Amino acid sequence: MGPAGSTTRLDVRRAARMTDYWWVAYRRTWRGSAISSFVVPLLYILAMGVLLGGFIKGDPDQLEGATSYLSFVAPGMVAAQSMTTVFGEVTYPVMGMIKWNRSYYGMIATPLGVPDIVFAHLGFVVFRVALVSGVFLAVMAPFGVFSSVPGVLLAFLVQLLIGLAFAAPLYALTAALKNESGFALVFRLGMIPMFLFSGAFFPVSNLDRWMEVLARFTPLWHGVDLTRMLVLGRVDASLALVHVAYLGGLAVAGWLLATRLLHRRLID
Amino acid sequence: MIEASGLTKSFASRSGAVVEAVRGIDVAVRRGEAFGFLGPNGAGKSSTMRMVAAVSPVSGGTLRILGMDPAVDGPKIRARIGVCPQEDTLDTELNVRDNLYIYGRYFGLPRAEVRGRVEELLEFVQLTDKASAKVDDLSGGMKRRLTIARSLINRPDVLLLDEPTTGLDPQARHVVWDRLFRLKQQGVTLVLTTHYMDEAEQLCDRLVVMDKGLIVAEGSPLELIRTWSTREVAELRFAPTHEHGGDLAAIAPKVADLAERVEVLPDRLLLYSADGEEAIAQVHERGLDPVATLVRRSTLEDVFLRLTGRTLVD
Repeated sequence: MGPAGSTTRLDVRRAARMTDYWWVAYRRTWRGSAISSFVVPLLYILAMGVLLGGFIKGDPDQLEGATSYLSFVAPGMVAAQSMTTVFGEVTYPVMGMIKWNRSYYGMIATPLGVPDIVFAHLGFVVFRVALVSGVFLAVMAPFGVFSSVPGVLLAFLVQLLIGLAFAAPLYALTAALKNESGFALVFRLGMIPMFLFSGAFFPVSNLDRWMEVLARFTPLWHGVDLTRMLVLGRVDASLALVHVAYLGGLAVAGWLLATRLLHRRLID
Repeated sequence: MIEASGLTKSFASRSGAVVEAVRGIDVAVRRGEAFGFLGPNGAGKSSTMRMVAAVSPVSGGTLRILGMDPAVDGPKIRARIGVCPQEDTLDTELNVRDNLYIYGRYFGLPRAEVRGRVEELLEFVQLTDKASAKVDDLSGGMKRRLTIARSLINRPDVLLLDEPTTGLDPQARHVVWDRLFRLKQQGVTLVLTTHYMDEAEQLCDRLVVMDKGLIVAEGSPLELIRTWSTREVAELRFAPTHEHGGDLAAIAPKVADLAERVEVLPDRLLLYSADGEEAIAQVHERGLDPVATLVRRSTLEDVFLRLTGRTLVD
């Protein structure tokens, strides 16, 4: 980082000036996203949890302690949707602000610095995850899969952590990519395999040994397992701590890297 | 307002070699003046502007903007300057009014204050009718005016304009010039880069010509013309059937004594002389018989081409 990079440090109050921008940007799209964030979870729960789940005999030993497939798959789907929301909110939008409408360049011409910009943008992504996962959890409520209110509230906070754990490294990756052609790979080899194989829809112990090990290294598995523990009320404290540390570490490392790489992209 | 001495900017190119975009320039911009950076592509104008905007770090030398060091007080400096970049950085999906509003908020201005300024600036750049239009639907000239309005939202002491009228049609250029001239009258210090000589002559009190990262000349438009060119230029064209087969290089020595300087172009000869009519009369007297002649006053363009050459720069 050059001298300017070391002087324009993160200033949260300054970053908060971007709230108006993000609010205006959100208002522009909220109708479409509000409907889908309510309807999509409902469709998933009905199709996967109730209908597909109807064919699956719930044996708690095989379903990581869940008493039905519905209560196994619902928390998994919440976590998986938190992840997919992030992929949509970071990749193309960040590239657009760097490359297409170049609005980040407009921002750095003001007192705002790169760390402020990254902070505010990640903040907006977490806000979007909060809305989407909050609605998802609300839709799940009548299906009787929750064990306790505090568990659900903690599971909600975990979604924000999952959001940041994906958003920050993905932001860094986007800042480093020259153009959008890399996103196809990010989605096909990153998001979709994780969505399908990281324990959201079936226990990872069903996988071949090597695949299971691989799955347990993905951030989504940590997020799914932690969400499921809290929703079902079967918390393994030491494992939960591992999950939080893993996701938190990813968020912090990704955040630092994202700031550094965006600085390099916009200024150096 | 802006003082630079020995200012340099270098960065690593994609191949890893160090590129020196600015190679040591001294500049002093005074309060209230309109100062221009002229130069061909790659002369280092934009790199200089990015440093003056307190965005791009200085590689060497010293730079003071409004008395502050950009390496220490970047955000404070940026709070008091306005930047109109070469390429638009508007949010194309927001409407005109929202673009100005959110930008004002980036400076930490109170919401009510920003709302007032937005309406004022819309009026100033004649976009009040378009306030609710999406930026995507604006013409190039309207986008430029919106960008200028946006750069004024913080009531800057210094306005930096990087090629403000490049790509605009003549009507739109004149509207932009008119607005910039009004700002100048209001006492705003203007710093602009351009490669339009008429723009520099219209707007700049003082300018520097940059070439290959260095300042090669400095002064008011008139001073530069006096120093680097003659009062008039006589242009001569010859028919291909002329005695030398239209070989202008062969004709040039025969008129060399009629002007301070003779320039041979592919299609014509230029005689730089204080009195163009007199030079042409002499040419006819010597029986050289040009098919077409033209006498015009020297412009900044003559100065520019003399200092930076006629070779194309990509």
